[in-house]
Amino acid sequence: MSKPMLGLSLGAALGFIDGASAYAYPYPDVRAQIIAIVIGSTFKGLVTGVLAGYFAVKLRSLPLGISFGLIVGLVLSWLVALGNHYYVEIMLPGSLLGAIVGFATQRFGRPGTQVAR
Amino acid sequence: MSALNDDLLEHLRTVADLPDLTGTRYQVLGKLDRGGMGTVYLVKDTGLGREVALKVLSAPDPSGDLAARLAAEARHLARLEHPNIVPVHDVGRLPDGRVYYTMKLVRGRRLDTWRDEATGRPALLRLFQKICGAVAYAHAQGVIHRDLKPENIMVGSFGEALVMDWGVAKAIDEPRPAAPRDDAPGRTASIDLEAADTQGRRVTAQGTLIGTPAYMSPEQARGEIDRLDARTDVHALGAILYFLLVGRPPFDGETPRLVLEKVRHGTPTPPRKIDPSIPRTLEAICGKAMAPDPSDRYESAHEMSDDVERFLDGLPVMAHPESLLERTWRVMDRNRTLVWLVAAYIVTRMIVLGLTGR
Repeated sequence: MSKPMLGLSLGAALGFIDGASAYAYPYPDVRAQIIAIVIGSTFKGLVTGVLAGYFAVKLRSLPLGISFGLIVGLVLSWLVALGNHYYVEIMLPGSLLGAIVGFATQRFGRPGTQVAR
Repeated sequence: MSALNDDLLEHLRTVADLPDLTGTRYQVLGKLDRGGMGTVYLVKDTGLGREVALKVLSAPDPSGDLAARLAAEARHLARLEHPNIVPVHDVGRLPDGRVYYTMKLVRGRRLDTWRDEATGRPALLRLFQKICGAVAYAHAQGVIHRDLKPENIMVGSFGEALVMDWGVAKAIDEPRPAAPRDDAPGRTASIDLEAADTQGRRVTAQGTLIGTPAYMSPEQARGEIDRLDARTDVHALGAILYFLLVGRPPFDGETPRLVLEKVRHGTPTPPRKIDPSIPRTLEAICGKAMAPDPSDRYESAHEMSDDVERFLDGLPVMAHPESLLERTWRVMDRNRTLVWLVAAYIVTRMIVLGLTGR
């Protein structure tokens, strides 16, 4: 599996789990919108994963890969949190998931498509 | 006056001890080392203007066996072109008829003294792999060393390992001579074992035993010359790994005879009993290489090196079937950063959940 594809799959899966875990929060409005939250979180994870995957193809560095994933996760989570003001609840886990995807794309996955000439 | 005479005598003794290199292109500069069979001198190759090491037979050799052995050593080295095997340059005879050969002058330290300065276990293991590489290459060329030990391995100033002293090496395809020789199976060991050094000196000069007691395989210790093959060297590699891990040879004793008895019948003290910080997998690699039965050992030095590589990469090794718990621990240890990140995520989630739940 290529690194962008790995990032996409893992990011989407972790985003889905992260979104679903929001159901545990004691906020009635969050529970009412849980489907939208899960879809949004999955999409956020997917975008983070693809970006982290392409970053891993371009640059092989575990610390930089983790940092890149963390920053992308943080920025996208911040954009999501702007609408509902649950900054801590969304940005902290979101950035950590970005870091995990950043790690995974650096450590695993095929570096790039080999083209035979 | 007396001191002057002593100095003069010492000088004369030293000069008399140096070989006569008349008629060769070498000029003797000093003595480097003396082994059981020959002496190594520092000489200058006047033709090429470089310093090389010259090994010449120094032990009494009325039968000519040792001269034949030295010549064989030169031939073995000549066919082993490998970065971790000291290359031979030239072979010939001195005016007094003794066989000599010249080889690359290795500037460095012996493995047994270098070990104490090595920075960490991975560095030791990486160097060990280079030794395995050289031995595996020799085996591929049909040559077995039969006397591998830390004293026969030099570590150069750039961390390169050089396997030396192929004096008792044997070509696997080499026909056995008809005349009796010192490694003939039927011949009784006549060396004074009690007088020999247990670690530093070979018991090869006149007996059925080939190798150095502390690093010998059980079949070597029993004098079963016909059974010696690549797995004999694998056993010695296991003993070298043992030394690198714990800092002492796997077998020791007051006298060579006692050491040989231990080699024949005993198993060495497990490395983890000496140093509990040694990982079980490394101990298992050591144990597999030094298995009493050759068929239980690694088939080749290459196979052993691969297992060490797997250990260094955090992968399962063939010498140690791991339990589920060990496997989980290894995988977690290999992916420590990921474990920390996942743990951080879970803890963060729980803290946030705890704070918002109040």
